[in-house]
Amino acid sequence: MKFRKYFGLRLVTWALTILIGVTFIFFIPRMFPTDPVENMIGQIQSRSGQMDPQEMAALRKSLRVQFGLEGSLWEQYLAYLWRGLLHFDFGPSLVSFPTPAGEIIATYLPYTLFLSLISTLLAWIIGNAIGLLAGFRKNKRSSKILEGIAICIYPVPYFLVALILQIVFAYLLGWFPLQSNINAMGGTAAYLRSLFRASFLPALSQLLVGTGWWIISMKSLSAATAEEDFVQYARFRGLAERRIGASYVMRNSILTQITALAMSLGGAFNGAIMTEIIFSYPGVGALIQKAILQSDYNMILGCITISIVAISTATLIADLIYPFIDPRIRYS
Amino acid sequence: MKKFWKNANGRLKAGMIITLIFLIIGFVVFYIPHTDPFFNNTYPRKLAPSWEHPLGTTSLGQDIFWLLVEAIHNSLSIGLIVATIGTVAGVLVGLVAGFSGGLTDRILMVITDTFVVIPSLPILVLMTALMRGSSTVILLALVLAMFAWAWPSRQIRSMALSIKERDFIQTAWFSGEGTMQVVVTEILPYALTWSLSNFMNATLNAIASESSLAVLGLSPGNLLSLGNMIQWARDRNAIFAGQWFWIGSPIVATVLLFIGLFLLITGYNDYLQMKRGR
Repeated sequence: MKFRKYFGLRLVTWALTILIGVTFIFFIPRMFPTDPVENMIGQIQSRSGQMDPQEMAALRKSLRVQFGLEGSLWEQYLAYLWRGLLHFDFGPSLVSFPTPAGEIIATYLPYTLFLSLISTLLAWIIGNAIGLLAGFRKNKRSSKILEGIAICIYPVPYFLVALILQIVFAYLLGWFPLQSNINAMGGTAAYLRSLFRASFLPALSQLLVGTGWWIISMKSLSAATAEEDFVQYARFRGLAERRIGASYVMRNSILTQITALAMSLGGAFNGAIMTEIIFSYPGVGALIQKAILQSDYNMILGCITISIVAISTATLIADLIYPFIDPRIRYS
Repeated sequence: MKKFWKNANGRLKAGMIITLIFLIIGFVVFYIPHTDPFFNNTYPRKLAPSWEHPLGTTSLGQDIFWLLVEAIHNSLSIGLIVATIGTVAGVLVGLVAGFSGGLTDRILMVITDTFVVIPSLPILVLMTALMRGSSTVILLALVLAMFAWAWPSRQIRSMALSIKERDFIQTAWFSGEGTMQVVVTEILPYALTWSLSNFMNATLNAIASESSLAVLGLSPGNLLSLGNMIQWARDRNAIFAGQWFWIGSPIVATVLLFIGLFLLITGYNDYLQMKRGR
């Protein structure tokens, strides 16, 4: 019964987070003095010269429909919730008209998920393993050096790590392509090889930043756990250090890190976007950048709505898995 | 001050030194009279470093050293403005939530949690993309501040919850002090020590967000910040032209600034913990 209540509460929080986030991105643009339709018309005029007023009025009307700007604010909001949030229909992409923005996003999203999920999980595993060792034997020299390296990498923003890796490995050493290019032609093997080459540096830069954080946080957690009485007691019982490390220190500090993993997904996604842009990796990040350059508002709105849904859902999943891992949870 | 320095740990010391150097560059060196580096063709192009131009000049004939100094000044200013707004708002929301409890607390916390979890960058991108062309530094700072208040308010709230029950607060209540007075004289000092590390964190985040937006071409075009400096150098192919001082100096400066601020934050937190332990 308690279990059901815990699940129910998490589901409500999940729905509320998405609803508040989406409401926010619906109303904020409408509070700005800039009007995307007038911007578009300005751009069209500067490209194709003056138009006659009648054509212009028709264009303005059809653009307002495309942007979902028809009707009262309340109607627009309900329409957006219904179409955008429940059906992922954000209207046509204004650049690749008339392909729906949702369809284009659906082809790019798997690349982002593939890249960021793999690097986030790998970073979590590697970082916690190193952090555990470093915290458990915190007076060893190697522990201090590892932590020092982590401190020098973690605070640097994702895009800068990506840029530095790009300069060193792609430009100076020439080991990897400067821009990610995924070869869809020429069979599965060629596709996979090009996917690997294209993903390596973006994944590495996300991995470095992520691992840095997990090393730092796990080190301080496990160092604190190692001082606790029950660990001292295990030592007095004469248990092997390995066993103490694995079943006493790790078991107790890893739980905090699972919650932290759920909390970190938003930041990891921000990082994925920036990394993709630096390497022109064909994911949602690159799509957002292209949409900004071309003022494709339906596309921007779509990408952002989907990111909010994706991240809240990932956080929800991590929250729901948690009780299966921690036997002490009280479902509160 | 002497005692503080003696008790400070290695990280805190290193962080303070690095941050102080940046503050001196950004707010002292900046005011040494110099030619505005923003304009093109004030000097010959692509000069190598010399006494006159310590970091050389760009392919547009700008002095890289003064570009860097102004970029550091502007990035720090944005970071500090955003952190100030975010911290003040966060402390207020956190205190109100923690002390009022009940429904107010619930509602405020749902909103706060949403802002903690939500991916900030896509929303920043949406807003700055809409403001493009008309965006100014102040607007940018306000937009960034929207994501700077949630984390502090969460922490301040849990602090308020734990402090509410302590003896000295009870004593203050019973001695007939009003709510306002208790909050200002008894709780605010506590909240401020806590907020200092949040403040530095918010500064770091704001500078990072601004530079991320700059890489997307969404930072105001007339704002000479570290992010924009990197982006302009990339746009002008500084990498391919091998102009390492142009692209390299803002990168190195940004990395150092972030490491310095991070050391300062973690060092300060450790210092506070140690102080409480004694």
